Amino acid sequence: MMDSAYRDILHRCFRCGWCKFPLNYTDFNCPAYLKYRFESFSSGGRMWLIRAWQEGEITPSERLSQILFSCVTCRNCVEACAMPGIKDSLVDLFIEARADMVERGTIPPLVRDYFKAISVGGNPYRLPAQDRAKWSCGLGLERYQGQEYLFYVGDEGAFDELGQHMARSVALLLRRSGVSFGILGSDELTDGNDVHALGEKGLAEYLARQNIELMQELGVKKVITLSPHAFHAMRNRYPLHGSTAAVYHYTQILQPLVARLAPVLQGERVVTYHDPCYLGRWNGEYRAPRAILKSVKGLKSVEMDRSMQNALCCGGGGGNFFTDMLGTGPDLAARARVREALATGADTIAVACPQCYRMLADAVRDEGAQEKVRVCELTEIVAEAVPA
Amino acid sequence: MASLRFDPEICLACESVDCIMKCQYIHMDLARAKEEHDRLTRGEMSSILKDCVTCYACEEYCPSGNHPFYHIVELQERLGIHPVPIPIEKSQVVMMGPRGKIREMELKSPLINMCFFDMMKGGIRGSLFEGATTFGGSDVFCNLMFLHFARNSTIKERLPRMIDNIMHCAVEPSGTREVICYHDECYGTYTSWARAFGVEVPFTPVHLFEFLKRRLMELRDGIRPLNVKVAYQRPCSNRLCPETDSLVDDIFALIGAERPKRTYEYGNALCCGGVPEAAQRFDLVDDIRARNVADMKAAGAQYCVFNCPFCFWTLAEPVAKAGIFPVMMSDLCLLALGE
Amino acid sequence: MDRSAVIERLKAIVGGAYVSDAAEELYIYSRDQGVQDPHLPDWVAMPASTGEVASILELASREKIPVVPMGGGLVLSGLSVPLRGGIVLDMKRMNRILEVNEHSHYAVVEAGTSQGMLDAYLRKHHPGLKHSLPDAPPAATIAGNIAIHGSGHLSQSEGGFHSEMVTGLEVVLSTGEVVKLGSCSTVPAWFSRAPLPDLVGLFLGWNGTTGVITKVGIKLFPRPKFHDVLVYMTEDIDLAPMVLNRVIATSMAEDINYALAPKPDYLNGFQMTVINYTANSEDELIFKRKKLRSVLQDLYETRQSGFMPIPPHMKAGFLEAPQKALSKFADVRKGGGFEYVGAIMPIERIPDACRAGMEITERHAITYSLGARIIGRGSCAMFFFAYPFNRVDKGEVERVKEALEETNETALRLGGIPWKTEVQGQRLILERMDPATKGLMRRIRGVLDPQGIMNPGNWEVT
Ligand SMILES: Cc1cc2nc3c(=O)[nH]c(=O)nc-3n(C[C@H](O)[C@H](O)[C@H](O)COP(=O)(O)OP(=O)(O)OC[C@H]3O[C@@H](n4cnc5c(N)ncnc54)[C@H](O)[C@@H]3O)c2cc1C
Ligand code: SF4
Ligand code: SF4
Ligand code: SF4
Ligand code: SF4
Ligand code: SF4
Repeated sequence: MMDSAYRDILHRCFRCGWCKFPLNYTDFNCPAYLKYRFESFSSGGRMWLIRAWQEGEITPSERLSQILFSCVTCRNCVEACAMPGIKDSLVDLFIEARADMVERGTIPPLVRDYFKAISVGGNPYRLPAQDRAKWSCGLGLERYQGQEYLFYVGDEGAFDELGQHMARSVALLLRRSGVSFGILGSDELTDGNDVHALGEKGLAEYLARQNIELMQELGVKKVITLSPHAFHAMRNRYPLHGSTAAVYHYTQILQPLVARLAPVLQGERVVTYHDPCYLGRWNGEYRAPRAILKSVKGLKSVEMDRSMQNALCCGGGGGNFFTDMLGTGPDLAARARVREALATGADTIAVACPQCYRMLADAVRDEGAQEKVRVCELTEIVAEAVPA
Repeated sequence: MASLRFDPEICLACESVDCIMKCQYIHMDLARAKEEHDRLTRGEMSSILKDCVTCYACEEYCPSGNHPFYHIVELQERLGIHPVPIPIEKSQVVMMGPRGKIREMELKSPLINMCFFDMMKGGIRGSLFEGATTFGGSDVFCNLMFLHFARNSTIKERLPRMIDNIMHCAVEPSGTREVICYHDECYGTYTSWARAFGVEVPFTPVHLFEFLKRRLMELRDGIRPLNVKVAYQRPCSNRLCPETDSLVDDIFALIGAERPKRTYEYGNALCCGGVPEAAQRFDLVDDIRARNVADMKAAGAQYCVFNCPFCFWTLAEPVAKAGIFPVMMSDLCLLALGE
Repeated sequence: MDRSAVIERLKAIVGGAYVSDAAEELYIYSRDQGVQDPHLPDWVAMPASTGEVASILELASREKIPVVPMGGGLVLSGLSVPLRGGIVLDMKRMNRILEVNEHSHYAVVEAGTSQGMLDAYLRKHHPGLKHSLPDAPPAATIAGNIAIHGSGHLSQSEGGFHSEMVTGLEVVLSTGEVVKLGSCSTVPAWFSRAPLPDLVGLFLGWNGTTGVITKVGIKLFPRPKFHDVLVYMTEDIDLAPMVLNRVIATSMAEDINYALAPKPDYLNGFQMTVINYTANSEDELIFKRKKLRSVLQDLYETRQSGFMPIPPHMKAGFLEAPQKALSKFADVRKGGGFEYVGAIMPIERIPDACRAGMEITERHAITYSLGARIIGRGSCAMFFFAYPFNRVDKGEVERVKEALEETNETALRLGGIPWKTEVQGQRLILERMDPATKGLMRRIRGVLDPQGIMNPGNWEVT
């Protein structure tokens, strides 16, 4: 049963559909709606269907779980919704409804597999835990032992090829900028952000507590995360379970430091930055990544029609990166995002999230745009511009 | 109910009639001013009642402290003159009315009274206001703005309750007597209007500028002088506490701001135009705004600093359009502190 | 053909992902935001092209399946809910902007193009031009709006209802034939309906009962750089026609709206005339402001009415288009709903309409927002009687429904005609309509929709 705080506002959605758009109406900005196009897949449709389900007007079905689990928790609807009385609760409410589905056991197989992989093997990639340290091989990074920061790379940083690449690049730039940090290597655990977003609250809490315990044992006071998703969980959810560590996204730490490295690009480069929702809309950090780009000489920065509060999610959020509830096709958010980036004339899409990195890189390939644009993580751009 | 301490004898004997002769909006020779003002003194109708812009300034001009402006407002109300159209007046009375929602609050010193402007408490930040707690809203609202609407009665009716609310819900629990008035209209209420109408004020009002000055002195080492010219938009309510004008100079000295010589400064300060706009005196509004901004420009001002949030709302845009940066006083101080 | 054959055929036409007969879609497409009863469709299909629409209609007319076109589905009065089941055509995949003519000031768009996207597109690519936005949420579509004679931000200054701004249409008839109307039927441009015999009107105001609109040519207008608003406050309803007419007569107001509501409490008992005006320079803006104020000077000097001072944070709300505040009205009863009778009526009837609205709502123990938008430089007004309700309060929903019915009758009695009205209201109109007119309507329906499959139940002359 859903918490009454949420159930009692379900009927206050007017299904007016402001939530389908960004604040400037450029195009549909709800990835689930953009893909499926039925009213039922918009935020408002979801509100009405959850209500119908809770009131017993419709029964749980595969379709209903597809509708609920295709929300990528990007929070565009929260930004755009017309009703002050409900807007802030929308995504929390969707997560709550999924939690109810999880409790009743009516969840899509892809989601079930994801939970299982984590609870059995400790990560969604079904790879052995000792592989977690691979990304750092040969870099000579220190284990965490009381340095100022713990650098947490998370599942994608450990197991995804692009994520590993990104973790290395960020670690090197942190070191180069004189930041004192250590890593956990194979002792890292899933942060649980996406587990929570998919409604498995028990597992998410367990993961949070495990992580907190580990960090407290090691005396970690400050954490730098690679992923905005881990950043969000550790910053906003972990304190509910007793964490007192200060949490930063790596862009926030690097932003004041990169200018000292005096990065200068050889030749022109036009870059457009893609805001990760868990950094931007969820945590209000729009400035630090842009400031990093700004400190690179010779780099021209252009904005997409939808940026900052209006950014279109890459479609990977809310666990969808692993569960793939949006499937394939030209209406995938990531592909729409790549087309939008191309329209700016940029030759580079800058990312600050390992999930966005993978999603957009794959989308560039699916759009056949490899010749026109490439996806680069912020520190890679900086590294190219800093004389060795 | 509170009644105005106004002595007709003083006015009847007055030869300068400074209250009218110095008025920036009513122009008449001394003889006529005397004649018209005597009518007021006798409680009769006069053109002054209609032409008055309700700028509060004559409270400051009268050398005898005989409350010419409060007297004007009393008469306007008695004789049924509405400076602002009635629907707007009535609507404001409801809009600004007490909601009766206030409860005892956990507050501590420094204690800041936000007046009606609770929504501006975002401005209470940085080292200047470290540890400060605030209260505000319709239940602690001084209501003095109703002077512009010829409604002393509304102030008389509401103020005692507001004072009570402030005492019981804010001052007493906080353990301090000092209430820092964010809006200088509150300060004017508690130091001038209340005294003139014989209303007792059981706490100690402190002007925001006084507080800022104290804090700046404490934080002196962290100040980087701004080295800019700053025009000061003096609000109407400051006419009720002219003694606080010199605090502007003190603060400017501390933050390294220069107050350039202007025509419309001190006693000659011009109204921001907000009230005359409500009074539908549109030509006057255009005229005074144009003169005021041109004067700031001519004085070489780079910033225009505001005391009153109302003035800020009405004048920020024209000021900014003239290439002058509009800023509230506390934010200007924060700027000097590098925040 | 049995049901499964129909869905297979639909899938073959639009693609498997864009047809549904799942309970979830049928539930959502069976109801809108207002108080009308739900009616389940059998299928929901989302075509992506005129060809797909034509194929669906061929299938539907062969199989006598009702078809209900739906745009944003925001009409509130149940007009895009399938009263007799059948196929709901969600048109929003057809949302390409096909052409903008900078010189002849028109745009050609696919029917499902949203108001919001056209506005954003023009702002970016043709910043000197705009179309007339309704205050419906941005998801409302261009075709859905003209199909019901919508109105909006330029209806006062630029010549009336949005249907009057249509320069041409492409429609698919119930048989699946594709027809072009207006200049585009004869030359490859969409500039006007004249000088040809005007067939466009056969699809405007018909609620989708004569065919499915697939493309629309719509007029564009200059988008001046400067924009401001004046709000005139009165306490006497009878002043409305005079105040409005004086403002209209200046020819300087782009959009004029009149409104009253019991909430917020500080506006209870007062009326506001909201005057939007635009200019190409600051000087022009000031000139217009002065002129607009001057025509009401004798009134405000009596102190019985006056211009409201508007602090900057409130001004942004008045200048917004579409107005989010109107959608928020749905939450007045903390219950996510409202429906309104919009009656097109003469301006002089506004005071009576206000009084009637207050009287009706009081009797039905519901609350209201009343008001009017001026259309076509004062040829008429769209007067709205908007009643919010709490969706979970069944009693209140019922009372609103009854009040709306009664309001329809009242609007007619006052000499107005309910706009985009639900089926019940359509019947009231038809009862009063000249029999010869009704006869012609019936014959036209017979020609355009011989099987009676197009949004059946609407505009039915019996
Ligand atoms: C808060 C709010 C404010 C509003 N303000 C305004 C306003 O200022 N001005 C205004 O005009 N309206 C207003 N409306 C009413 C309504 O939302 C709009 O008129 C809207 O434009 C209708 O468009 P839609 O796409 O939602 O139409 P729908 O509701 O989808 O359809 C309306 C009718 O048109 C038919 N139709 C839809 N598409 C087609 C097509 N392609 N071919 C043939 N028939 C079709 C449907 O069958 C139906 O009968 C408002 C509504 C709300 C909720
Ligand atoms: S979620 Fe908000 S914006 Fe979206 S339909 Fe519901 S009320 Fe409207
Ligand atoms: S969070 Fe994003 S995907 Fe989910 S309903 Fe809102 S806008 Fe759509
Ligand atoms: S996947 Fe990328 S864009 Fe989407 S939620 Fe994560 S960070 Fe946001
Ligand atoms: S109010 Fe003061 S200045 Fe005016 S007439 Fe009286 S004493 Fe003189
Ligand atoms: S209040 Fe101002 S305008 Fe009125 S008489 Fe006094 S000085 Fe003049």
